[in-house]
Amino acid sequence: MNEFLLMGMAEISGGGFFQAIAGFFQTNLPYILAGISVGGQYALIAIGYTMVYGILRLVNFAHGDVFMTAGLICFYISTVSPLIISLPLTVLFTVALGFTIEKVAYKPLRNAPRTSAMISALGMSYLIQNLALYITGGLSKQYPQIPFISNSVTIWGATTKMVTVVTPILVILLVVALVTLIKYTKIGMAMRSVADDFETSRLMGIKIDNVISMTFIIGTFLASIGSMLYFTNYTAIVPSSGAMPGLKAFVAAVFGGIGSIPGAVIGAFLIGICENIIKGLGWTTFSDAFTFALLIIVLIFMPSGLFGEKKTDKV
Amino acid sequence: MTNKKRIIISSALIVLLFGGLWVMELTMNTASMLFVVLKKGAIYALLVAAINLLQGFTGLFSLGEAGFMLLGAYTFAIFTIPVEMRENIYQYYDGGLVQFTIPVWAALILGGLVAAFFAFLIGFVVLKLKSDYLAIATLGFAEILRAIFQWDKLGVITNGSNILRSFPGFSSVLFPFGVVGLCLAAMMLLINSSYGRAYKAMRDDEIAAEAMGINLFKTKLQAFVISSFFAGIGGGLLAMYQLTVKASTFTAALSDELLLIAVIGGIGSITGSVLASFLYIAANEWWLRFLDQETFIGAFKIPLLRSGFRKVVFSVIIMLIVLFYRRGLMGTREFSITGIYEKITAFIKKKKAAKGGAGK
Repeated sequence: MNEFLLMGMAEISGGGFFQAIAGFFQTNLPYILAGISVGGQYALIAIGYTMVYGILRLVNFAHGDVFMTAGLICFYISTVSPLIISLPLTVLFTVALGFTIEKVAYKPLRNAPRTSAMISALGMSYLIQNLALYITGGLSKQYPQIPFISNSVTIWGATTKMVTVVTPILVILLVVALVTLIKYTKIGMAMRSVADDFETSRLMGIKIDNVISMTFIIGTFLASIGSMLYFTNYTAIVPSSGAMPGLKAFVAAVFGGIGSIPGAVIGAFLIGICENIIKGLGWTTFSDAFTFALLIIVLIFMPSGLFGEKKTDKV
Repeated sequence: MTNKKRIIISSALIVLLFGGLWVMELTMNTASMLFVVLKKGAIYALLVAAINLLQGFTGLFSLGEAGFMLLGAYTFAIFTIPVEMRENIYQYYDGGLVQFTIPVWAALILGGLVAAFFAFLIGFVVLKLKSDYLAIATLGFAEILRAIFQWDKLGVITNGSNILRSFPGFSSVLFPFGVVGLCLAAMMLLINSSYGRAYKAMRDDEIAAEAMGINLFKTKLQAFVISSFFAGIGGGLLAMYQLTVKASTFTAALSDELLLIAVIGGIGSITGSVLASFLYIAANEWWLRFLDQETFIGAFKIPLLRSGFRKVVFSVIIMLIVLFYRRGLMGTREFSITGIYEKITAFIKKKKAAKGGAGK
């Protein structure tokens, strides 16, 4: 791999710039494909983070664990029923879980200081992981094979699973649907206004609780779809499976500008691709660290991210 | 209550505590659960108090504690492994780079200083961020540190992703108590000094504090560095307790756990942190162990009891505290001899007054 890179470098100096780029793509294609695939899955989680943060100013630490739970739910349901039933049921139960978490853990703290809500989110994440540990008995569970998307496919000489191709398409479709929902429907308008100004929206007669519930429902719905794609690639589910993807998705949301849905999606794809190229270069130890380094750089040099709005605090 | 009296009573209490521990160690089985709880509880008390110094007194939401503990633990281990053991432990790295040892106390302090130095560098970068961004950024730094310590290019110092072992442990339960006691005392002095008041002012209202002439950034950095120093010492003590050090155990989950213990004790109370740490460790390692064992009464199997149930019960308790009893065990109150003395004297006076009243 590195020799190829070096060759590529040599060619750059020789003037064959495009050839070098082509060479780089050729050698790194499997990693880029994996990056696009995992990036799309991060994107589906990141939307949940960015929407909740946009409205509640809360980092929902439990979101990654809800994502993991979606995997477990699918595993347990599919032991008793065919996939055609278990997949919709998974979505349903995950959404119910997200809805319940908001009602139980965040709603009572709506008027409390922000750190209390964040501690509650941490506690919820701790609870979900421990519950998962208890229920699974500490053994990793094998995610069921979903036909079609777990088939193998060859793209330009790189063999990969069908999910790699399906993910970006599905993500784009879902994002378009979501953006349409937010732009053109009544609930979407309510969401935008609550995100803009909590108190005034309440005065205007918007039912804040409904809007927040809706946000959680959309977020967990997308996370459950994301879990189907993600666990098709990484089939072993353990209680901490959701922690890292969750954090990375959050970083993606910050990178894209928190509160912005297209930003979160683009950020997630970039992170997924960079991370896998780093793995391809043989720096696997640092593939997670890279994400956090990126986060810190973004926070310092452009705190509002790629597409975020600049906000100033009023005294 | 006069100052002299207070000093006498507090020294008497300290002597009593250490004397009691000494006698216990001489007379009881030191391998028993009680001593595990005492040692680990003391270490956790320091770590949780260090988190509380940031979260409760300065209002800085940091999730990077595990990173600073890692620095402390590794520094301690690297400088105290006996030279003759190094060939064996650093087997993939030709015996490692460091070929000398320093005394245990010096290694602990050095661990604290290394953690404080890194906190200084990191703080420069992240302390301008606001609450939740700060939490995520510190968490990120802890994860980066963890990756660096597992990097095989640094293996001559850190032994890569392999464990470090064979360094000295506790010879007596008095040692962790002594170190932790000193650190906590220093922390209490700091909190009650003008620096501590500046921290609290900043926690309550940053803008007002700034208007009163407090340099926000400098004060935050100071609190961050001091807290990390104690976290580093705590990490070193944890290494001594566990007898092995491995970078992969210092995860974000560890920071979360410590923060949640601080919440149980009460954000803003060192006494609460200490109480909650001992309670948490005692319950976790000892009293609630039965929850993890399948138990039968006659032929009837008690439902739910199975491996992992203890942690679930714990998380539920934590959630209940977070939601319904947000002040924790102690709120922001502290244990003070004067306070107790005044309560007792007030109680006696009241009784006397009541008697006098009845006599008329």
